[in-house]
Amino acid sequence: MGARQREISVSEFFTKNRHLLGFDNPRKALLTCVKEAVDNSLDACEEAGILPDVTVKLEVVATGSTPVAPSQATRFRITVTDNGPGIVRQQIPRVFAKLLYGSKFHRMRMSRGQQGIGISAAGMYGQLTTGKPVKVISRTGPRAAAHYFEVQIDTKKNEPLVHENRQIDWAQPQGTEVVLEVEGRYQKGRASVDEWLEQTSIANPHVRLTYHTPEGEQKSYPRTYHELPPSPKEIKPHPYGIEFGALLKMLQDTKSHTVASFLASDFCRVSTALAEEICKAAKISPTAKPREVKPQAAETLYKSLQTTKIMAPPTNCISPIGEKAILSGLYKQIKGEFYTAVSRPPAVYRGYPFVIEAGLAFGKGPEEAPKPQQAAVPLAEGEDQGNDTEQARVIRYANRVPLLYQQSACATFKAVLSTTWRNYGVSQSRGALPAGPMVIFVHMASVWVPFTSESKEAIADYDEIQKEITLALREAGRRLGIFLRRRERAASEFRRRNIFELYIEEVVAACNRLKGGNLPTEKLKEQLHKIASSRTGGLKTDEALGKTGAGPEGLPHSIIVTAEGIEGETEVAEHVPAPGAGAGTSAAVEAAPAKKAPATGKRAVATAPASKPSRRASGETRKAGQQELFADPAGGKKAPVRKTSSKAAAVPRKRK
Amino acid sequence: MAQAKPKKNGAVAKKLIGMADVVISAAQRSKDPTFEIPIRALSNVSFNPRKGLIEMGEKKQARTFFNVGMAKKFMQTMLVADALAELQQADLTTSLREIYYRTKHTIQDSHENTFDTQDESDPIIEDLEVSLIALREELHVRAENSGSIVGPVVFGDDGDRVDCAKLGKGGYSVPSIVEPEYLEIRRCTADFLLLVEKGTQWNRLSEDKFWRRYNCVLLTGNGQPPRGVRRLARRLHEEHKLPVYVLVDNDPWGYYIYSVVKQGSINLAFESQRMAIPKAKFIGLSSADPERYELPRNVGIKLNEKDITRAKELLNYQWFQKPAWQQEIKRMLTSGLKYELDALANKDFQYLTKQYLPRKLKEKDWLD
Repeated sequence: MGARQREISVSEFFTKNRHLLGFDNPRKALLTCVKEAVDNSLDACEEAGILPDVTVKLEVVATGSTPVAPSQATRFRITVTDNGPGIVRQQIPRVFAKLLYGSKFHRMRMSRGQQGIGISAAGMYGQLTTGKPVKVISRTGPRAAAHYFEVQIDTKKNEPLVHENRQIDWAQPQGTEVVLEVEGRYQKGRASVDEWLEQTSIANPHVRLTYHTPEGEQKSYPRTYHELPPSPKEIKPHPYGIEFGALLKMLQDTKSHTVASFLASDFCRVSTALAEEICKAAKISPTAKPREVKPQAAETLYKSLQTTKIMAPPTNCISPIGEKAILSGLYKQIKGEFYTAVSRPPAVYRGYPFVIEAGLAFGKGPEEAPKPQQAAVPLAEGEDQGNDTEQARVIRYANRVPLLYQQSACATFKAVLSTTWRNYGVSQSRGALPAGPMVIFVHMASVWVPFTSESKEAIADYDEIQKEITLALREAGRRLGIFLRRRERAASEFRRRNIFELYIEEVVAACNRLKGGNLPTEKLKEQLHKIASSRTGGLKTDEALGKTGAGPEGLPHSIIVTAEGIEGETEVAEHVPAPGAGAGTSAAVEAAPAKKAPATGKRAVATAPASKPSRRASGETRKAGQQELFADPAGGKKAPVRKTSSKAAAVPRKRK
Repeated sequence: MAQAKPKKNGAVAKKLIGMADVVISAAQRSKDPTFEIPIRALSNVSFNPRKGLIEMGEKKQARTFFNVGMAKKFMQTMLVADALAELQQADLTTSLREIYYRTKHTIQDSHENTFDTQDESDPIIEDLEVSLIALREELHVRAENSGSIVGPVVFGDDGDRVDCAKLGKGGYSVPSIVEPEYLEIRRCTADFLLLVEKGTQWNRLSEDKFWRRYNCVLLTGNGQPPRGVRRLARRLHEEHKLPVYVLVDNDPWGYYIYSVVKQGSINLAFESQRMAIPKAKFIGLSSADPERYELPRNVGIKLNEKDITRAKELLNYQWFQKPAWQQEIKRMLTSGLKYELDALANKDFQYLTKQYLPRKLKEKDWLD
């Protein structure tokens, strides 16, 4: 027996258990590979303070002699290129071909990746399914040389095998390009690469994303927010968030010579005084050597760490997306009438700080609103006005990364379900998502997002997290409720006048027939109309109808889109290019926002204090908004590409 | 029948036209047009123990036009009134459903229908009956023919002679309007009238020629008897002095059917005068019968929650306050079981005809 027991390498383990990492089926595997590569690129760019430009390219690799349609293909080449800082030559093999190697695991800082498994696992998956190595080009700056690598992983030793390594000429001054060849399946729709990239663009409006689909189409997601998220600080672990085993390990690894200084220097929020207090409570000498603390004593130390009152961890280690950026992202990608965004103040679970953000996009957008002059089709019994019973869509993010799988296991989804949306004027059946044309955005930013599995698909539902999500959703819902009620109020006055007008015709006609058809009907109608208007407020009704403008009633961080224009945080909306030109429009278009970017970006933030109630758009904005909203996406080629306007076209705003 | 009609119809038509006048005169005075509609609910009925009838109270509800909640109903009321007036003029009768179709259309320049379902138009017809104090028959609206009669009685219907003793086991289908001007009772030699809740048991009695042996009229309304059946029973009771016995299932709904026949219903309390038969007797199935007739316990059905709730409601009705009735209902509640008439077949297919009813009649075993 003993002879048969031997060490299992991590790589071997994951070869057998690749579903744990999100490679369970070819479709998901393709997405996971794209996701890991893009996550790495974005993390690298942001860390280096570079506004990310990322290009994703999916190509079909023909396995036989005949070309295959993308939907039928089984093998794909994924190319992800960024403008990041590049990777130094020596590190390249290990970054891409050694599992559990990375810069992110051992630190307490918010980033997309956490464990250092992702990209190398993707490489390993490619290696397993196609036998092809990972190809990497990286350049750390215009003056450095570009290096080309082909690497594979030795699954037994979990060590990289370098197949090729040479200097090449590369057009890009800086950045990294990763090419993976994997077995996969390309399918549009839910949980597809397309959806993931679109959602990524919503939560990361500071990223310019270009996507070449396997069908040869090019989709551009322009940058609409021109500031990098503030770089998150690294923090030390908080005593409340640590497990006993981890404490034992820290005691062994510490550089401190006394327990007291160990506590004070290796944990956050523990002062020297507090450290001594903890030692006293644990009946351990503050001057004892950390390595000599006995397991039993360590246990009492652990207990007293948990019971001592310690300040919550600092929260500057997290960088939330921010209300403006969320608004900008939602507005860019989702058509609607009402947008709002909420960032909660930081909170703590198990000693890990986190921030919850929520956003809402509601409505269909003026273009899709039913036309009032539509021919009336008489309705048969049992038919209704075709009120759609569409359910809301929840888009979930953890550290800016969209989560597409296991929705129902996710804390965010549960919080959406348990929120009583009916209070906010949205219908909701028991135990279901709210109904209506609505997208609900939830983001959790944390130094350590508690996923339910290694493939990072659903957020575990800790009470503290659940509570924060619920509070954020309630606030967003409350604003939506105000918006809907305001609209409803105007509409109900309108309807009131309207129904009387409609019914007067009927009543007068009936009276006329009853009286044998010789009634002065016009006179009677006029008399009744007069009563109707005196009873429903007469001319004032027109005001209630919004013919005179009333701004969004103190709704912070919201955008309201009407046929006339945009109200609310118009600055955010202004940055979003008009929909119009479809995929593959000229480079000139893309250059335009970039030129204007830094200045306007700052102005937008500076001129819109959060507390100030939003105001109605100026005439100019309104016009721009109109142009934007009514621009015909089909006529994209002719879309206004004006030098004076930053609303040049790039991506049609899509609704899913 | 020809002489009486024009005058009477004229009165109803006048009432309907009067509704248009309400609107016109209110409009002239810049007032909100309003109708007063008596409330048809338990809160507005009372039991008159002297007459043995349920009578409608005085409470009324205003239906006004310029009120968002009522505007549509007001408009619908006018449309129904118009349709009813049309019937008067053309001297036609029609069904509730036809009224619904007649008044249904899409309002000009809108997606809105005047009526979406028949459930909207039916109560309006009842509203008009009550507020205009016109009977449904006078409004020329008929219900479905869902009743049968067999026995030694002869009717004149549209000039045809209908001898209900010579119509086999199927009997005569009771029309929904049985007022003297539509249905004439030419001869009746029966000794009593048996009103059976269920068509199946009526069939059993008819097939066994129970009516011939006991010289009675058999009448059924297939469940809750419709107006025609109730009105016909009342006429036979009144004009030919037939005692009326009611045979229903032993459950709260059976008790209520009996009470509707006897005192009138809550919804149509205004018609009790014309329909109720205060002297009607409850012949069965009584909650005492299973024991008396040795019905095995296993042919009973457990009372469900709805049954229990309903039974408790009945206990509170003024017209069920007689000690015998309180005892009857409480006995059912205590046993926790209800029995269908059909359960008698457990003893013998003809048990109802040959044993149960003969013994009941002999022992005069009924409740008042």
